[in-house]
Amino acid sequence: MDLLTLARGPILQWALVIFVVGTVWRLAGILLLRRKPDYTEPRSTHTWRGAANLIVKRTVPKREFAAQTAFGNTIGYVFHIGLAVVVFGFVPHILFIKSLTGLSWPGLPSGIVYVVGALTVAALVAALVRRISNPVMRLISNADDYFSWAVTIAPVITGLMAAAHWGGPYPTILAIHVLSVCLLLAWLPFGKLMHAFLVFIARGTTGALFARKGAST
Amino acid sequence: MSATVVNDPVGGVARGVPRPDLRQDMQGEMPAQERVDIAMRHFVRDFGAVAATYMESCVHCGMCAEACHFYVQTGDPKYTPIWKIEPFKQAYKREAGPFALFMRALGLKRKVTIEELQEWQELIYDSCTMCGRCTLICPMGIDIAALVSLARHGMHKAGLVPHELWAAAERGEREGSPLGATPKVLKERIEWIADEDDVDIHLDKEHADVLVTMSSIEIQKYPQAMAAVAKVLNHLGMSWTIRSDGYEATNFGLLSGNADWQRDMSMKMIKAAIACKAKLLLLPECGHAYTAMRWQGANVYGQPLPFKVRHISEFLGEHITDGSLRLKKGLNKTVTFHDPCQVARRGGVFEAPRVVLAALGAEVHEMKDNRSMNWCCGGGGGVISIHRADAIRYKAFEIKMRQVEDTGAEMLVTSCSNCRLSFDDSQAHFHWDKTAHSLLEAVADNLDDTPPARSVAPAAIVNPYREAPAP
Repeated sequence: MDLLTLARGPILQWALVIFVVGTVWRLAGILLLRRKPDYTEPRSTHTWRGAANLIVKRTVPKREFAAQTAFGNTIGYVFHIGLAVVVFGFVPHILFIKSLTGLSWPGLPSGIVYVVGALTVAALVAALVRRISNPVMRLISNADDYFSWAVTIAPVITGLMAAAHWGGPYPTILAIHVLSVCLLLAWLPFGKLMHAFLVFIARGTTGALFARKGAST
Repeated sequence: MSATVVNDPVGGVARGVPRPDLRQDMQGEMPAQERVDIAMRHFVRDFGAVAATYMESCVHCGMCAEACHFYVQTGDPKYTPIWKIEPFKQAYKREAGPFALFMRALGLKRKVTIEELQEWQELIYDSCTMCGRCTLICPMGIDIAALVSLARHGMHKAGLVPHELWAAAERGEREGSPLGATPKVLKERIEWIADEDDVDIHLDKEHADVLVTMSSIEIQKYPQAMAAVAKVLNHLGMSWTIRSDGYEATNFGLLSGNADWQRDMSMKMIKAAIACKAKLLLLPECGHAYTAMRWQGANVYGQPLPFKVRHISEFLGEHITDGSLRLKKGLNKTVTFHDPCQVARRGGVFEAPRVVLAALGAEVHEMKDNRSMNWCCGGGGGVISIHRADAIRYKAFEIKMRQVEDTGAEMLVTSCSNCRLSFDDSQAHFHWDKTAHSLLEAVADNLDDTPPARSVAPAAIVNPYREAPAP
């Protein structure tokens, strides 16, 4: 079995198993903890609306904070949207997902995806530079932040290399690309990348609690 | 108390702030490791799904720093809100998180040390007012103030509380008031102010519809508040009382992190309200008293309270809106209002004080950041009581001072006596010409005692061609 077959086959399967089991384990470990009953008189009972409201609303920073957070938010927006476009807009990815799940949708022209991929790499590099150079971020950063950054940027770079047929024989680069995706999937439940799921839970929790008090979010 | 100066852990020198004397206070005698173990055990003891969600969700973006007055004013990264609970985050992941087993087995999160906890005392107490402004900037929606409150639980059990705060909390537990406003003092102060202001203040009535509670800051420093609340309630013709078995709304148990003392202080008021069959427990102009009773009181009691709980500003707003409280437009000037963090941002009361000010005829000039975005006065969360925090508190206050000045308003009003105390202290420090006035006292000074204008009854539809219907 060559490297590409290995990567696309058993390694990817194992990565998916780790991803699913790890995610379920971590979410269960949080959500199954007890929730104390709240006996206080609520100002509002629309707590689900409050949760949904904050999940959507916090996507855009408050006007009062816009200036101070503009750089970090812009970088964040570029690489999050960029990753989504590259993962779900690139035709070979759609075909690959179709082969696994049967689901498919129209793709974007490859040229656009390459440009977006390059922008994503640039934004991720900017995010790293900011993490290292900004005193606040440097202080609060830990190994998880740097490792998660590496496993996020690796599939984008190796994907661009494969698309450009650069850096070695195509099957080898493609195999490395698939392996980097496996690493990303396998790591996601264990570190900060889990925010892909936790963002909804954390925002929803605060949104619901604050709505109950009539406090502003 | 020994004063130890230690090096700044991050090597940064706060801009314009004299380096505080990082005296590290300890209560009780116990081995260092025991302190750490107790701190962590009690920190995770109250851990539920909500706190775990927050602990797991931080992406280390650092944005919370931009919302914190202590960071914004010093530029020192150690004041980044989420960093203030770093040892507890580490301990959670090592001891209680979903992957705690791996963290310990693989040595990915090391044990927190006593030195770290001592170092963090300044960050958990001196430089966090639990104002919750950081909650509004966090892209993950993490309520960092709630986590600081939990961290204080651990710190208190381990005897690692700034001494003045600990002493006030302990005095509150022992004497019933953190500032010496014992039942005896309360009676004396009430007798004096009732005589001084010629107002009936009801004390220890057996039954009353409204149980009035006070902040010991009011009893001791702003006694006019007692006369003011009496004038308002008498004006409304209500059945009310202050009870010497449950009057102290200030809750230093909450501020210092002692959940047992917090419960004791709250239960006194709850029992007094039940004893006099009150329908309403009226909270004074005090921010954290509102958090302690309005948003935690029933949970301390273990079931819904058999009475309503309202902050005095809410109460005034409600009665102005329903027409029962009539005021003279005697505050005929420009006014700016300082929203107390615990009442407004974290408590949900935004418009009531503005309704009151409008009824008083004031022209409100809002600060640039108002309502939920309001900047804290710097003295909340018990910080005002910690002497070594004075320098950084004054630095934080500069934001408030600037924003008040920028409004150009002639008068500054608030509805929290702890904020007033903080404003008074900073006013003296900066030789500032603005004094924070009480919303309640402004109301009491402008009660409209003239008989209400004859209300125009809804016109009975009478057919002029027929006789009026029989009553």
